[in-house]
Amino acid sequence: MFGHFLDRFRAIVLSVLLISCFALPAFAGTFEDAVGKFANDEFSDTEEAIEAVASSGNPLAFPIISALQEERLSADPESKKVFITQADGKIIDAATGAAVDKLPDNAASVRLNNRLRRTVEAALGSLTLLSPDPAKRVAAAQSVFKSHDENALPVVEGALAKETDKAAKEAFTEARAAIILFKSDASDNDKLEAVSVIKSRGDQEALALLTSAGPDQPPLVAQAITGAIASIQSNLAMWSAVQNAWYGLSLGSVLLLAAIGLAITFGVMGVINMAHGEMVMLGAYTTFVVQEVIRTRYPGLFDYSLLIAVPLAFLVAGGIGVLIERSIIRFLYGRPLETLLATWGLSLVLQQAVRTVFGPTNREVGNPSWMSGAFELGQITITYNRLWILCFTLAVFVILLAMLRFTTLGLEMRAVTQNRRMAASMGIATSRVDALTFGLGSGIAGIAGVALSQIDNVSPNLGQSYIIDSFMVVVFGGVGNLWGTLVGAFTLGIANKFLEPVAGAVLGKIAILVLIILFIQKRPRGLFALKGRAVEA
Amino acid sequence: MNVMDTRATSAMLYLDGVHVSFDGFHAINNLSLALEPGEMRAIIGPNGAGKTTMMDIITGKTKPDEGTVLFDGVTDLTRLDETRIAELGIGRKFQKPTVFESQTVQDNLLLALNVDHSVRGTLFWRESKAETERIQKVLETIRLTDARNRLAGSLSHGQKQWLEIGMLLAQDPKLLLVDEPVAGMTDVETHQTAELLKEINRDHTIMVVEHDMTFVRELGVKVTCLHEGTVLAEGSIDQVSSNERVVEVYLGR
Amino acid sequence: MSAHILTRSLDRAATAFVLIVAAVGILIPLSNLLLPQGSFLQVPTYLVALWGKYVCYAILALSIDLIWGYCGILSLGHGAFFALGGYAMGMYLMRQIGSRGVYGNPLLPDFMVFLNWDKLPWYWYGFDMFPFAALMVLLVPGLLAFCFGWLAFRSRVTGVYLSIITQAMTYALLLAFFRNDFGFGGNNGLTDFKDILGFNVQADGTRATLFALSCLALIIGFLICRAIVTSKLGKVLIAVRDAESRTRFLGYRVESYKLFVFTLSACMAGVAGALYVPQVGIINPSEFAPGNSIEAVIWVAVGGRGTLVGAALGAVVVNYAKTFFTSGPLAPYWLFMLGALFILVTLLLPKGIVGTFNSWWEPWRAQRVAAAESAAREDGITEPNPAE
Repeated sequence: MFGHFLDRFRAIVLSVLLISCFALPAFAGTFEDAVGKFANDEFSDTEEAIEAVASSGNPLAFPIISALQEERLSADPESKKVFITQADGKIIDAATGAAVDKLPDNAASVRLNNRLRRTVEAALGSLTLLSPDPAKRVAAAQSVFKSHDENALPVVEGALAKETDKAAKEAFTEARAAIILFKSDASDNDKLEAVSVIKSRGDQEALALLTSAGPDQPPLVAQAITGAIASIQSNLAMWSAVQNAWYGLSLGSVLLLAAIGLAITFGVMGVINMAHGEMVMLGAYTTFVVQEVIRTRYPGLFDYSLLIAVPLAFLVAGGIGVLIERSIIRFLYGRPLETLLATWGLSLVLQQAVRTVFGPTNREVGNPSWMSGAFELGQITITYNRLWILCFTLAVFVILLAMLRFTTLGLEMRAVTQNRRMAASMGIATSRVDALTFGLGSGIAGIAGVALSQIDNVSPNLGQSYIIDSFMVVVFGGVGNLWGTLVGAFTLGIANKFLEPVAGAVLGKIAILVLIILFIQKRPRGLFALKGRAVEA
Repeated sequence: MNVMDTRATSAMLYLDGVHVSFDGFHAINNLSLALEPGEMRAIIGPNGAGKTTMMDIITGKTKPDEGTVLFDGVTDLTRLDETRIAELGIGRKFQKPTVFESQTVQDNLLLALNVDHSVRGTLFWRESKAETERIQKVLETIRLTDARNRLAGSLSHGQKQWLEIGMLLAQDPKLLLVDEPVAGMTDVETHQTAELLKEINRDHTIMVVEHDMTFVRELGVKVTCLHEGTVLAEGSIDQVSSNERVVEVYLGR
Repeated sequence: MSAHILTRSLDRAATAFVLIVAAVGILIPLSNLLLPQGSFLQVPTYLVALWGKYVCYAILALSIDLIWGYCGILSLGHGAFFALGGYAMGMYLMRQIGSRGVYGNPLLPDFMVFLNWDKLPWYWYGFDMFPFAALMVLLVPGLLAFCFGWLAFRSRVTGVYLSIITQAMTYALLLAFFRNDFGFGGNNGLTDFKDILGFNVQADGTRATLFALSCLALIIGFLICRAIVTSKLGKVLIAVRDAESRTRFLGYRVESYKLFVFTLSACMAGVAGALYVPQVGIINPSEFAPGNSIEAVIWVAVGGRGTLVGAALGAVVVNYAKTFFTSGPLAPYWLFMLGALFILVTLLLPKGIVGTFNSWWEPWRAQRVAAAESAAREDGITEPNPAE
């Protein structure tokens, strides 16, 4: 594989040299003349034609030569016209690019021999290094960087001099530095400069290149290389820490999203809702239904599907939450263990209901355009869906916090949880507040489902996978404290992602569970525990 | 200083410079108090004065941030947990009557007896004649002989209070901490309770926390008034109730 | 000594239970082995194995009732102890396969050969000996429960918190046992057993014997639990359940009591698992699934917590229903039924079947007892009181 790559590369370099050696004016004829030579059915003419076309800079050069390689180039020996049969079967005139209805009857494929095939390959390579598309030039420069073949130096330097694109210029500079570093007769100063260029690139490949630069370097350069390696390594370590931190934040936001509703129902009301995960699942299925309707009726609205799904999921999950509270949970206040069992039963019923309606398999929920794709930040890649989920989670958190603090319902909720009897005697309809609080917690689980549908499989088991984690977050963070949930979620998320590279995903998760179990022994009421006599009541 | 030291060795219960705070709220603030052996002391004070927290500290439920708590002049209670402190001989009656509601009155007393409390001891336990007699005696003292086979949960509020006092008797501790024993009792019951406590006091040291001034007066013992976690006044009930600051605290400023 | 414990443990209901289980444990194997195949009264072997499974579940339920019903510890991870006992037995059974496995390796179980392991991991040593494996059946769950309980009870993790961390415990074990490199057969678990103590596990005689042994284990487990709950220890446990901190102030070391019953209960669950594995022929990580443990709790709730008999009954009733419904046309609705069972039992039948029965029966019985007592007291009044 790699050997093949090298061969190919040598051929590229060779062709580039050929191009620059045989002075271009020798073939100063028109592009048509050059193309016409393909029709002569002489290997030497074909070779000349390849070189002429490759160095012409004509946009048709690449299609012609790649067609030649794939034997899609045909020529009519009489009219000296050359044609390209495109991949889709359409035919164009190679010299002009004009469409042609059909090949002339006596047109034949332009033949190649082995030597010519190499020339063709080389020409194609040079066409990429000098390709009009900057992205292709960058890619070609990258391969030179990796191979650091001395022969490529003149072409790279030539290309560098003409280059205007910033990224391509950088790539060529780096490629040139790589070549110089390995060039035995380069001066120390040039080499030192090359080392600093490679060092500033600072990625895994730069590290590999410097490490392989070998012991036979002049002492000064060797020293610079050692320094650069250390610097790149620490740089890479930093980036990998940043990457882990980002993954951790991302996981933390998912955990927070799943746990935040639980922080209300469990943390504020003290209700153990084992069906919480199913509220998340219902939210995800709401998203699915919304997208289905949009797909079939209003395809143009697809990008807005999530915006529509969020309020709907809140209403669906919240409504079911209120129903659950009124029909089951209110009879079980003060009996947490029974609540746990009843809601577990409820979770089985909800799962099975969804399985019956939507089937047991995963359902397809798409990413709107603004949530797909990724961007680079330094050495790490950040996907838009993870970024949006993080923002969304924080927004939900802030809104919830504000709601509890500034709205009447929030005030009533806090009053009821602190002193139910007193609140009742102040004229607060406690049972209404209970139902709404539970509905709020469930509704938030529902909108968590909308977000999670973007990164997880939407199946009846979706909720199950979050329930234990969510409880861990709430218990770890400290019951009855939203900030605790926030800190708990991000701590667990980041700890998990930093443990993963060391211990592996499963062992990392086990380690986290064990750590939480130990932590709860130490602080039975979580990170941000309430203290004093009130806790006992 | 010298005086303090001698008291420290002779007192049954000795608290000095105790501080506790919960999230910045100073529940107990430089509390110092001493109970002589055989003494009965009444503790009064408005809500939030730190009475129950003080009992929590003595019984090991709450650990003080600083200060000394000595039992019998030698044992540092701040280092021990509830079980160990109970084993040493400190019994506690809770503010809200706490009996084992799903068990019979007799079983409640049986559980309270200060016999072998180890897992082994209870697993291979057999009722002995001495134990039966002691339970019998306590039942008579708390007037629940007829209710011995009833579930404790079915007792009236006053009966529960008494059962809890009975459990203290069965436990036979050196020091009894009694938190609001007459809350919710009728006048007659209150009077009977006062008599009962006085009787118990013959061979036990007692600390009673109570709001009911008639009851405290009836006990006729030294009174300590707590306020904001510290001792406000100490003396006979008449001295304390005529203390200007006590009046101020109770009536508001 | 032991006689008095026995008489104390065996009240009328308990005696009836022991006799019924003993009768079932003797009659079903006899009918299976002695009566001609296909006769009306002959119990087919598949049913013996199925009911053997129920009996194992009943032992598990008993172990949960001991800690939940009497001490208020709701463990949502008891399936883990059951599975660990099962794995210990499974490891013994794997070692018994010897060179009869697919790869014919005399030492290594098939899955290890498949994973290219060249030697037996150290923790598989000794499992070729039945006494060692039997000891591990008790020791491994017991030790885990002891360590877990020691940490949890000492730092006073109670109620829902304890339930959640027991669930996390079994979840962590689930993840661990799913891993191939953990050395317990990963996803597939341990299966394809050949024989136990030299007897073919598939043979009718072995199955019948295992069934009888399971019934015996159920009786022994029941008697141990009865002996505990009728002793003063049982009263202390109930005291802990109802008012933990009060019990502490009476001078009881609550954590020791909890640790004792929790560990004992885990050992019982381990025995149940060990008897379960040869009868169903497989043990795999799904036994650790948190759902299984919660389901076991609902058996106890259905039968009646704090009644022991109810727990065993609940396990059999719910599992019989499960078999009945999941094998018929109603299969897709089984989860609805199970879910509804969870909800309805907690809402409408909080005492469970046996508990509800008792609460109807008890007042009537109490009346009789009270009448008898008042008669006795009238006699006693004339006697001088020795205490005075």
